[in-house]
Parts: sequence; structure tokens; C-alpha cells
Amino acid sequence: MALLEVSGLAAFYGPVKALHGIGFSLEDGSVTAILGANGAGKTTTLRALCGLVATEGSIAFAGTSIAGMRTEDIVRRGVAHVPEGRGTFTRVTTEENLLLGGYARRDRKSVKRDLEQIYGYFPRLGERRRQQAGTLSGGEQQMLAVGRALMLRPRLMLLDEPSFGLAPLIVEELFGILRRINRDERVSMLVVEQNATLALDLASHAYLLETGRVVLSGTSAEIAADETVRQAYLGY
Amino acid sequence: MDLFLQQTFDGLATGAIYASLALAVVMIYQAIDHFNFAQGEMAMFSTFIAWQLIVWGTPYWLAFVICLVVSFIGGMLIERIVFAPIHAAPVLSHIVVFIALTLIFNAMAGFIWEFTIKEFPSPFPERLPFDTTLIGPHELGVVGVTLVMLFLIYAFFRFTPVGLAMRAAAANPVSAALVGISVRKMLALGWGLAATVGAVAGMMIAPKVYLEPNMMLGILLYGFAGAVVGGLTSPGGAVVGGFLMGVLENLAGTYVIGSELKLTFALVVIVAVLLFRPAGLFGRVVVQRV
Repeated sequence: MALLEVSGLAAFYGPVKALHGIGFSLEDGSVTAILGANGAGKTTTLRALCGLVATEGSIAFAGTSIAGMRTEDIVRRGVAHVPEGRGTFTRVTTEENLLLGGYARRDRKSVKRDLEQIYGYFPRLGERRRQQAGTLSGGEQQMLAVGRALMLRPRLMLLDEPSFGLAPLIVEELFGILRRINRDERVSMLVVEQNATLALDLASHAYLLETGRVVLSGTSAEIAADETVRQAYLGY
Repeated sequence: MDLFLQQTFDGLATGAIYASLALAVVMIYQAIDHFNFAQGEMAMFSTFIAWQLIVWGTPYWLAFVICLVVSFIGGMLIERIVFAPIHAAPVLSHIVVFIALTLIFNAMAGFIWEFTIKEFPSPFPERLPFDTTLIGPHELGVVGVTLVMLFLIYAFFRFTPVGLAMRAAAANPVSAALVGISVRKMLALGWGLAATVGAVAGMMIAPKVYLEPNMMLGILLYGFAGAVVGGLTSPGGAVVGGFLMGVLENLAGTYVIGSELKLTFALVVIVAVLLFRPAGLFGRVVVQRV
């Protein structure tokens, strides 16, 4: 069964239409990538799924419609968003950021255990747990954003440009951890990436967006083999 | 020397009131980036509610608690009804609404309870169990009540998940929503708390200045001054600033400018701080890497 089923999704910034009725689906437990150039509507798609922009059309998550719901209510159903710009709570500590990630959970008791698990994934965050989060490096803040999302124990993670602005070694480390999380915790992921090679490597399926429309969809292998994608996004 | 100590302790007692108001103002300022000009009138209105309950025969501390509950709910309602709809409106709209609220509460209090001054009882015993000329029993009680309240507020924000969520919602609303925090509820809660803190200040100062619709006018000015001195981004700083204003006001009034110019003193302090140290004494300069 598809965990996420989107059809005819349009999104608006004021009077400006940024998505023109896109449709896609995401299998439970899978990683799906959304590719596209700047301004294609990738970030808007993720924001629309979380109710951060005005939308039309239908969004079904785990069988229930979440279109038009408040952001916090969508999150409480198990959709964690790792936003563009990382969304760090800069004035509080690293650990408080993670605790905030688990705020919506009922089972406050296991939060402590999950903290340790996240410090296991990201030892750097453990070293800096008492540090003001605004002073972390870009890579550390990206890890913090992923860690904060994991604290929700989400069913679906929306990742907006997780590789943005990071050194290649850190990107590799981060994507390795994402792969582990997907495999070990069965967290489904919808990844938006500029770096198509990276995204297709992580994902099993992919969609290509151009100016607010889905122009291509298929398995990662099919997409990677497509002539236009290769030339325009993979660069060989 | 005795006079100096007396004036200092006396200043701490009024400073406690200023500190409470400064804290209430800063709490709302952090959440919505605006100064709540109506904070004083809200506190005055709360105090009238307590007065009415006492006149009807309610014991003081019961009236105190009921007044806090009513103020808390009232503060939340003001946020939900008046401020939520103009959330994205420009600064001037907010200022107009603040002024409107100030006038509405002032006029309502006058309409319901008239503008004549009323005595408001002090809950503290008439004489202290020990002998001192430095501080009166009411003043000591005020300082005590305020310190307990400030500590509770501090503990709430520092150690509870909801307190942390409120700080997060104020600092970064979008991220807060993305971890499942209802920013709307946090805002309403903040207003409720600020109104409650203000109500305590009102009930504590009323025995000294007498209860009437305009009683908070000058006091709020000192509260503002305290908030500005301490730094608008620092609740702890606002509290220190409030106490500082109380002491300075008294000392300046006694030794330098006389009691007529006391209010001017608050304004001078506000202007001076904004000119020379806009972040205030404790305003946090946030270190941020981008």
C-alpha cells in the first residue's frame, strides 16, 4: 500500500501558483526522490505536504486525507520535515533541539532512550549536547535537523536538500546514516535534492519536476538511464 | 545612612512590582515583537476583579487565586480574539490595538467601579515578628511574593517541556510547527501568563497607591524602563532592570530630583539606554553561524 498518495496537488504563494496539479505516490518503507532544477517546485511540494503553503488537491497519508490540516497536526501523525535552511532553534542547546523534536510524542518515557540512539548515529551531536545550537557548524546543524526529525519517530521523513552547503565527506556520512535509518527503522523518505546522483543512489523511485509539473517518473535506474536527465541533471 | 538603607529597601519593594511588569512585557515582546502598552491596564482591571471579590466577602487569598485564574483566561482570550486575526498586520496596527485595549480597560473599569479611589487590603500582617525600621511588613511581603512568582516562572520556562516549547515557538515559529508545537496555543498561553504576572503586580501595588483606573499609568512606565534597561530579549534582565529602577527611582527622588520629577526619571532612563546601549544590560547577543 502506498504510504503517501498525492494527486492534483496545486500550491499557492498568495495569488501565485507554484505547483500545477502534480501527482505521485510513495511506497511504505521506500525512499523516493524529487529531482528538478531551481524553481521547479521541489521545496514547495514538501511545504505543501506539511501544510506550510495554501494548497488544492488531495494528499492521503496512511489512508487519511491530510490536505488542509494544520502543520502541527500533520506532524503529529508522523510526518517529519527536515526543512530548507535546517530550521535550527539557535538559542537553545543541541539537546533541547532534540527534545523539541520529540515534543509531539505521547510516550515521553522512551524519549531518553531515543536521545542516546541519535547520539549513536551522530556522535558529534553528543559531544555538543550542551552547546548553543546556533554555534554548531553547517554540517552539524544538518545532522541536528535530521536528529530532531527522528525524535518524532516518524513514519515519513521529508528531506529538503540535505546535502546543501556541506563538504563532500560530510554528505557521504549523512547519506550513509539516512540509508541506515531507512533500512533499520523502516522510516520512509521523500528526498528533494539538487544533487541528482546522490539522490538517485539513495532512492528507489524518483520523480522529475519542471516548472511545477511532474514530467518524468519511474525507478531510480530508469530515471538515471533517461537521456535528458543524464544530460541535464547528472552531467555526463 | 539609615535613610539611605530605608530608601533602598523601599525601592526594592516597588522594584519588585516593576520587575513583574517588565517580565510580563518582555514575555509578550519575545512572542510577538511588540510592546504591550495595555499591560498596565490589564493588571489594573485584574486588581479590580480581586477587589470586587473581597468586597463580596471572599477571603483574600481565595480572591487572589480566582483573580489569577480569571486573568489567565482573560489574557488568552485577548490573544485569541484580538491579536490572532491581526497576526501578520504591520506594527502600527498592533500599536493602535494596544492603545484601544488600554482605553477600553480604563474606561470599563471606570464604568463598572467608578473613578473614585478605593482601598485595597494588604494580605500581610501589620507588624513584623522582628524589629526593624528598614522595611515595612507589606514591602517585605511584596518582595517575597514576587520572588516566589519569578522563580516559578523561571522554573516553568527552564525545566518543563511546555516552557521549552513556548520559547521555541517564540524564537522560530515555523520550525516549532514542524516539530508538532501549536504556535497558536503557545501564543495564547504566553498572553495568559503575562496577564497573570501583571495581576500579581497589580494586587501587590494597590495597597500602596490605592486602587483606581489610572493607578498603573506611572508604574507601567517604570516597568517599561526596567524592561529596556535589562534588555528586551532577556526575561532575567528585565527582572533585574525592574528592581534596579525601583531602587534608582527612590534614591534619585530622595537625594537628587525630588518626588515631582520621579516619572521623568523613568523616561530619561529609557531614552538614555536606547541611545547608548540599545540591547540593555543583559540583552543577549546571539552567536550564530550561517
